Amino acid sequence: MNAVGQPRDHAAPPSLRLLGLSLRYDGRVLFADLSLTIEAGRFVVLLGPSGVGKSSLLRIAAGLAAPDSGRVEAGDGRPLSGRIAYMGQQDLLFPWASVIRNVTLGDRLRGARPDHERALSLLERVGLADRAAALPAELSGGMRQRVALARTLYEDRPFVLMDEPFSALDTVTRSRVQDLAAELLSGRTVLMITHDPLEACRLGDVLVVLAGSPATLGPPIAVPGAAPRPPDDPELLRTQGRLMRMLTG
Amino acid sequence: MSGRATHRPTYRAARVGRPLVTLGGLLLAWWAVSRFAGIPAYLLPDPGSVAVALWTQRTLLAWSTLTTLTETVLGLLIGTALGGLCALAMVFSGRIRRWLMPMLLLSQAVPVFALAPLLVLWFGFGIASKVVMAVLVIFFPVAASFADGLARTETGWLELARTMGASPASLLLRVRLPAALPAFASGLRVATAVAPIGAVIGEWVGAASGLGYVMLNANARIQTDLMFAALLVLATMTVLLWTLVDRALRWLLYWVPDAQDDRHPA
Repeated sequence: MNAVGQPRDHAAPPSLRLLGLSLRYDGRVLFADLSLTIEAGRFVVLLGPSGVGKSSLLRIAAGLAAPDSGRVEAGDGRPLSGRIAYMGQQDLLFPWASVIRNVTLGDRLRGARPDHERALSLLERVGLADRAAALPAELSGGMRQRVALARTLYEDRPFVLMDEPFSALDTVTRSRVQDLAAELLSGRTVLMITHDPLEACRLGDVLVVLAGSPATLGPPIAVPGAAPRPPDDPELLRTQGRLMRMLTG
Repeated sequence: MSGRATHRPTYRAARVGRPLVTLGGLLLAWWAVSRFAGIPAYLLPDPGSVAVALWTQRTLLAWSTLTTLTETVLGLLIGTALGGLCALAMVFSGRIRRWLMPMLLLSQAVPVFALAPLLVLWFGFGIASKVVMAVLVIFFPVAASFADGLARTETGWLELARTMGASPASLLLRVRLPAALPAFASGLRVATAVAPIGAVIGEWVGAASGLGYVMLNANARIQTDLMFAALLVLATMTVLLWTLVDRALRWLLYWVPDAQDDRHPA
C-alpha cells in the first residue's frame, strides 16, 4: 500500500515508550513513575478528567516539556527528535499563509524545499484540493481542522501525538474528520487525548484512562474491530459502556 | 458574504458622506460665529478670507508643505526603521532589552518639545533638526508596539514550529515576525498621526521654511487668515498621509481580519 497519507517509510513504525515519568506542578505531584508503551503502529487513546495531567504527559512525549524524571524513547532505540508530528487542540494555522503553505509549513521552517505535489495530494485526501490558495480565515472550523490534519500528515512522521484535535468541531463534522483521521493515520504509532468516549471507541485500538492524584493509568482496554468503527457497532457500544463506568466510577 | 456585499454601497456612501456632513457643519458654524458673534477678524477670520489667503499664498503654502512633508516622511522612515530594529534587538536578546528599556522610558520622560531648542542648536535651522524631532516622536510608539507584538506570539504556533524542527532564526523570521506585523502596523499608524507634530514643533523653534514657520510668521504679523490657511493645509496633509499609510498597511497585511466591520456595525 503506497497511498498518499500512508507512511512512505515501508518499514513498520517503531513503538513509543514512556518510561517512569514523574512531574510536579505547583508543588503538587501530577504523576509519579508513570509508564506507557504504545505498540508499533497502534492507535492509543488517553482519557481522563480535566487537569489530571494528560496534556502534560503528551507534551513531554512531544519534547515540548521536560519531566522531573523518566524518559521517552522509540522502540528501535533511535533518537525521537524529528520523528514526531504534533497536533494540538486548536488548528494553529498561520493566518498569513495560504492553505498549501500551511500544509508545507514544516519544510519551510526547516529551510527545505516544499513538496507541493505531495501537499496537494494530501489536500485532495482531506477534500480541500480546490482551497489550496485560500487563507485560513476563509475556511470553516471543520475545513481548518482538516488542513491541520493534512499538515500533520505532510510531516510524514512515524509517531503522531494529538491533544483533543477534534474537540472544537460539531458532532457531524467531527465524525467525518474522525473517519479521515482513522484512514490516514493507520499504520502510524499514535497517542491521542480526548474527552469524548465515543471518539475514543471509534478511533482507538487501545484505550487508557489516566485518573487519580497522583494520576495512575488504568488497565488498557482493547477495542475490537478496525477503525473507524460505526457509532452503532454493538462491540463499540459495549466498550463505551465499560469506559464510561471507568471514567465515572 | 452576500450580506456584506449588499451592504457595501450604503456603507461606502456613509463613510464618505459622514465626514462631509461634519465638515460642512463645522464650516457653517465657523462662518456663523465669525459673522454674527462680533469677534474681530484678527482673532477669528471668516472662512471666505481664509479661502482667499489659501489662493493668494498658494505658492508659499505649497513650498512650505513640501518642506514639512519631506521632514515628516524622512522622520517616519528613519523613526520606523530605528524603532523596528530596536524592538527586534530587544526580543532577540534579554540583555539588550534590559539595557535599552530604561533608556527608552527615559526618552519618553523628557518631553520632546523641551528638547526642540537644543536639537535646533545641534542640528541647525535646516531640515535635519526637524527630522530628528519627528524621529524622536515616532520612535517610541513603533518600538513599543512592535516589541509587544514580537513578545506575544501565540505559544501554540511556537510549540508547533519547535516540534517541526525550526531553528531560532526560522522561528523569528517565519513565526514571530509575521505574527507581530499587526501590532507593528498599529504603532506605525499612531506614528504617522503624530509625526507632523514633531516636524512643526521643530519649525516653531527655528526654521527657514515649512508650515510651522509660515504659521509663526503669520502669527507675528497678525495675518490670522494665513495662519488658518496653513493650519488647514497641515491638517489635510496629515489626514492624507495617514490614509495613504493605512491603505498601504491594509494591502500589505491582507490576512488581518477587516476591522471595518467592527468599527461600522451599522
